[in-house]
Amino acid sequence: MSAISRDEVAHLSRLARIEMTDSELDHLASELDLILGAVARVQEVAGADVPPTSHPLPLQNVFRPDVVTPSLTAAESLSGAPASAEQRFKVPQILGDAE
Amino acid sequence: MIHSTAAEMATKLAAGEISSVELTQQHLDRISVVDGQVHAFLYVDTEGALSQAAAVDAKRVAGEKLSPLAGVPLALKDVLTQKGIPTTCGSKILEGWRPPYDSTIVSKLKSAGIVILGKTNMDEFAMGSSTENSAYGPSHNPWDLTRIPGGSGGGSAASLAAFEAPLAMGTDTGGSIRQPAAVTGTVGVKPTYGGVSRYGLVAFSSSLDQAGPCARTVLDAALLHEAIAGYDPRDSTSINAPVPAVVAAAKKLDVKGMKIGIVKELSGDGYQAGVRSRFDEAIEELVNAGAEIVEVSCPNFEYALAAYYLIAPSEASSNLARFDSMRYGIRVGDDGVRGAEEVMKMTREVGFGKEVKRRIILGTYALSSGYYDAYYGSAQKVRTLITQDFAAAFSKADVLVSPTCPTTAFKIGEKSDDPLAMYLNDIATIPVNMAGIGGMSLPVGLAPEDGLPVGFQIMSPAMKDDLMYQVGGTLEAALLRKWGSPILSNAPALGAN
Repeated sequence: MSAISRDEVAHLSRLARIEMTDSELDHLASELDLILGAVARVQEVAGADVPPTSHPLPLQNVFRPDVVTPSLTAAESLSGAPASAEQRFKVPQILGDAE
Repeated sequence: MIHSTAAEMATKLAAGEISSVELTQQHLDRISVVDGQVHAFLYVDTEGALSQAAAVDAKRVAGEKLSPLAGVPLALKDVLTQKGIPTTCGSKILEGWRPPYDSTIVSKLKSAGIVILGKTNMDEFAMGSSTENSAYGPSHNPWDLTRIPGGSGGGSAASLAAFEAPLAMGTDTGGSIRQPAAVTGTVGVKPTYGGVSRYGLVAFSSSLDQAGPCARTVLDAALLHEAIAGYDPRDSTSINAPVPAVVAAAKKLDVKGMKIGIVKELSGDGYQAGVRSRFDEAIEELVNAGAEIVEVSCPNFEYALAAYYLIAPSEASSNLARFDSMRYGIRVGDDGVRGAEEVMKMTREVGFGKEVKRRIILGTYALSSGYYDAYYGSAQKVRTLITQDFAAAFSKADVLVSPTCPTTAFKIGEKSDDPLAMYLNDIATIPVNMAGIGGMSLPVGLAPEDGLPVGFQIMSPAMKDDLMYQVGGTLEAALLRKWGSPILSNAPALGAN
């Protein structure tokens, strides 16, 4: 039995916000099936007594003094934007008819 | 003098025997002659490089004290931001983006007077082992142009092997500095995680990514390492401790009494015969130099590849969410009617290549409710086991060694349709990233069966990067005595036709 169906891949592509054609979905479903079959091996040794590691270093919050330092200007921040207006990022509508 | 080492170039610059402008021009000329064949560069900043070089020359004439590599050129992997210079990460989605800021590495390179020649090709967002996943076409291995130069940092490694640059910057998430070094006969170092700032390094897998030096000799790598390493308040995972003295270590040329551990699990079946024989000969050289060899076992390494291909895609699926067509990069389908989400989906469909999509979907799956514990959670546990294996091994040995890759450079196209076969390239390099320790690859000869370079990996405990430089420097010197000339003198001349 395959670990992942074409419909599941379609669902994942919606979650990941990537449009996919039917042939891409078919191709990816069979590839992911193989890859998941290979990586599922991790379960063989992942016993309940083994603590997880998310990061190689012990992480802690890092603070800096609350002092104003030079940063990007508005023009610099917007310099790579596909569209901008009035010193803001201009984006397609997020509410309304299209949704 | 493009065939010299960076250290030799630095000496000549300091002595006034050559100017940085002349040296930079020689490399720019070389690039224009051979890069049509090699395709190491995505962008060459001719004007910027020459003006940086002229500024260093002016300072030298004025008698200012300069840093050791001042005036020496470098090739920058296209995943590091440089203000005003196109940064694509090998992806269509960032085509045309000119970052408004310098990465910390670039700031440090600039303040050291290192001249940045341009940006090098890479697998898209550093996902790959061959540069075939670059949206801008693959780079070619200078040893054989029909073969891959490794990846993801194949452009950086190829630029060194083709004498287009004496130094280069790479980044290593699962082997992207070390594997390209191995297959091109160059030296590549992944420092301890947190040893070099990630500020301005476009993130792939934040708990694994680490930038490091690429060069043609161990000493050159050490000189570059010291120029870029150190604490950075702009990177919350940067280690606030002194940089290990890697230059001094590279110059020691002595391993008497050091214990060197051969990792049992990183050899044998699946490793090409010529890779194994050159590895064994290198071990003999280390024995002759007075090292003690021990065998160590790291039984959980066999699960490292599987864990990596869950952890890295999971982190990537989150990191690459920032490419949403709103603040930078391309935007597709914005006709004034479609909503933001639809535009986002269309942009990501067009902007991301096959491997990047594959990993984002895989990561999305591994992190999704119902599968999280079985996949991502289990992979994190394997990460603990690998770290424990390293701790046990380092209690018996000062450094650990293995071949860097199972094989020499393969043909372009040979594995591009088989992701699992491609992933196997990283089998010996991935454990280092999982534990956040240091790893180096240096060339130890050519495989008799195909005449292609073989890489030797040295792994050192966290923040003891100096130990791998000490062993690497000693081994390199012994091999150079044996060979009589550097390995790259055997590479074919390029640009003849």
